Order: sequence, then structure tokens, then C-alpha cells
Amino acid sequence: MSQSFTPVIAGSALGADATAPATPKNVRYQGGPRNPSVDAIREKFADAVVRAAVVWGETTLVVDGARVHEIIQWLHDDPSQRYDFLSDVTAVEFRDVEQPLEVVWHLRSLPFRRFLRVKVLIEKGEALEVPSVWDIYKSADWLERECYDMFGIRFAGHPDLRRLLMWERYQEGYPLRKDFPLRGRFSRSEQLRQALAANPEARYSKEELSIADAFEDLPNEMKRRLGKGEVTGE
Amino acid sequence: MGLSRSDGRDIAELSGDEPWITTKLDQFVNWGRKNSLWPMPFGTACCAIEFMATAASKYDLARFGMERQAFSPRQADLLICAGRVPFKLAPVLRRIWQQMPQPKWCISMGACASSGGMFDNYAVVQGIDSIIPVDVYVPGCPPRPEGLLYGILMLQKKVANERSGDKTLRQEMEPDPKSQLYIAPSVIDEVSEPFGNSVHQTRSGL
Repeated sequence: MSQSFTPVIAGSALGADATAPATPKNVRYQGGPRNPSVDAIREKFADAVVRAAVVWGETTLVVDGARVHEIIQWLHDDPSQRYDFLSDVTAVEFRDVEQPLEVVWHLRSLPFRRFLRVKVLIEKGEALEVPSVWDIYKSADWLERECYDMFGIRFAGHPDLRRLLMWERYQEGYPLRKDFPLRGRFSRSEQLRQALAANPEARYSKEELSIADAFEDLPNEMKRRLGKGEVTGE
Repeated sequence: MGLSRSDGRDIAELSGDEPWITTKLDQFVNWGRKNSLWPMPFGTACCAIEFMATAASKYDLARFGMERQAFSPRQADLLICAGRVPFKLAPVLRRIWQQMPQPKWCISMGACASSGGMFDNYAVVQGIDSIIPVDVYVPGCPPRPEGLLYGILMLQKKVANERSGDKTLRQEMEPDPKSQLYIAPSVIDEVSEPFGNSVHQTRSGL
């Protein structure tokens, strides 16, 4: 039996006198009302906040990479914040080689009807590693895998950090990095050769299937192959 | 006439008033084949939407003997590859083609399937003819239903002109066991070279 489910109504924590949600009009490029969570974080994690800005009506908070997990955990757990929805984990690399790479978390609080963008800066030359928020939001699983696949950022603590979009034995690097050539690093024939070497049937690891309880239903041949520890055919 | 059955009775005598014709076996077989092609749509992108429009009532693919769409490669004659094929899908397309029984044909529908189209990048195969043999290329981005129908009619013409004496016709392509490629790597590199606008793209952002 499934557990009873209490739907979260957007704005439900705002009280009866809250105004109805409306599409914002005449939003300025910079400035405007700031997300009140920023002040709360400034108070609680004063030394971890690098800067905060309001751009196009959305609040961006840049924090210290070592403490980002702690901050997001607090934003998720604290009854005055209740950021219960992680809508995206992504990264930005700039063409300017001096500018640091940014890892971005998009957090949404449905009860308080708030949106907060949390960023961590990784200077050029530093290790591309940030803490995983998988233990807070399970939806971070594929989002972090995609970010790892495209940018090569390692999320420490992620249980299964593999490529998501490209095949697992993809050797050419991380496609959304600025130093990645648009057409890939290998010649077309080499790319095709590597792609055709994949076995289209062996697509799952034993771990993935055991999560889905599907392992016992597999054909014997596939069970044997996965039992030997074959992760994927690619 | 000299045409007689094994029991010695003359065929002309048997047929009586019923109409009958003589024809070449090739012509007869090809006529049957070309009017009962079972297409297997391999739709990966917007071309598949145009394919659906072609199959729907206004353009009605069934007029050309394609009433039955085969969604299993084992019961299909014609693979219509509609849309871009990423490298990750290349072994799947190859496998589907190998699962189709002879006789089989392939239509590459649209710019992406035929040449990679606008996706001259790290992820997209530059023309499915580097994976499987293609009989008819339909240009367009995506081609209108009329374009696809024209391609299908061209394929029917090709089927009608096949000769059973041609032993190379039904040969299964044999990919190189080591590289799984069936055409030379240098040829793939040559036909995958950028053309048109994408010549002016830099290879790297830096």
C-alpha cells in the first residue's frame, strides 16, 4: 500500500493574507525585491556567502563551495525556508579564460513560493569537484549525472556518477566545455567505429536492475552476463 | 501453344473463358513487391511528424500498398529512417537493419538522416549511409509529405526494375568484423567533411 500523500500547495505557508500569484510585470534587469532567504543565509552562514544579486527578478546567491551542501541542507530542512524542489543542477563555463566556472543549483520553495539560484565558483585550475546534494534531493541523481557528462564536474557523494547522455565509454571528453571542439576530437570514422562497437542490448548494470527488482525476470544469458559484473555493453 | 500441365492437359483448354496472361517472372514478383512494401518507421525527430502526416488520411500512404506499418523489423520490407541519428543510436539502427529479412530497402528521409543536416557536431552521425545501405534519399528539412511520397514512388520504380538474375541484389552487407564499418574509414571521413555554411564554423570555441 502506498502511503497517504499530502499535496504541497504553492504559497500554502504564506498565510491567509498572502496575495495571489501573478505574473511579474516591468521586471528590471538588476535590482528589485530580493528573496528573503538570502538575508537568513547571510545571518546564519555569514562567512560562506560570496555575493548575492537580483537579476531579472530572480535572486542569485554565490556561496563557498565547501559549505554549499550545508547551506542547501539547511534551505531544505528549515521550517522557515522549506526549499522542497530542486529543479536543476547545471554549470556555466565562460569564454573568458580568466572567469571561473560556475556550478548552479536552482531551488524552489513551493510552500513559500520562492525561487533561489545558488552558485559556486570554481577557479580555473582548481579541481572540478563539488558536493553532491543527492542525499537531500533524490532528483539530483540524473541532474548531476548530466552535469558530469557534459562538464566533467565530479559530485562528491553521488552514488552512481556515470555519463547520462553520452555512452559510458565515450572517450572524447566533456562536450559542453569551451575547449571541446564542436565536431569532437576524433575523426568521423573513429567516432562511428567506437559507437558501433557498443552492444545495443546490454544497457543496464546489475545495480540499476536490482533497484527496479527486475533482475530475476531477465533471460538466463543476460543474468549470467550481468552476474559477471558487466556494467554495460558500451 | 505447347503450354501444358503435368497431367498432359493443355492450359488453354483448362482456362476456357477465364482471362489469363503470360508475363516475365521478374515483372510479376516485382509488381507484387513494389505494391506491398511494409514500411518500418524509424522516427527520431521532426521528420517522423511529417511521416505521420504522410501516413494519415490526407496523403494516405496506404494508396501505395503501405496500409500495414510494421513496427517490428522482422516483418518489414522498407526502413524509413526519419530524423537525426546520434552516435549512441548507431548500433541500434545497425541492429534493426540486420534484423530485417531480405528483400529489404531503406529510405533516408530528410537532411539529417541523409547527411547530418545542420547537426555537424560531436553527437550526430553524418549520414546513415555510413551505417546501413540506403536506396533513396529524400531531401528536405523536413520533407513535405509529397516529397516522401515522391521518394517512395522512386523506390517502387527501383523495385520494379530489379532482376532476379542479379546475384548481388540480395546480398547482405558484411561489416568489417573488427571495426564494424562496412565502408572504408577514409570514405566516411571524406563524406563527413563539413560542407555549406558549417565550413565557416571553427572547430573549437577557443
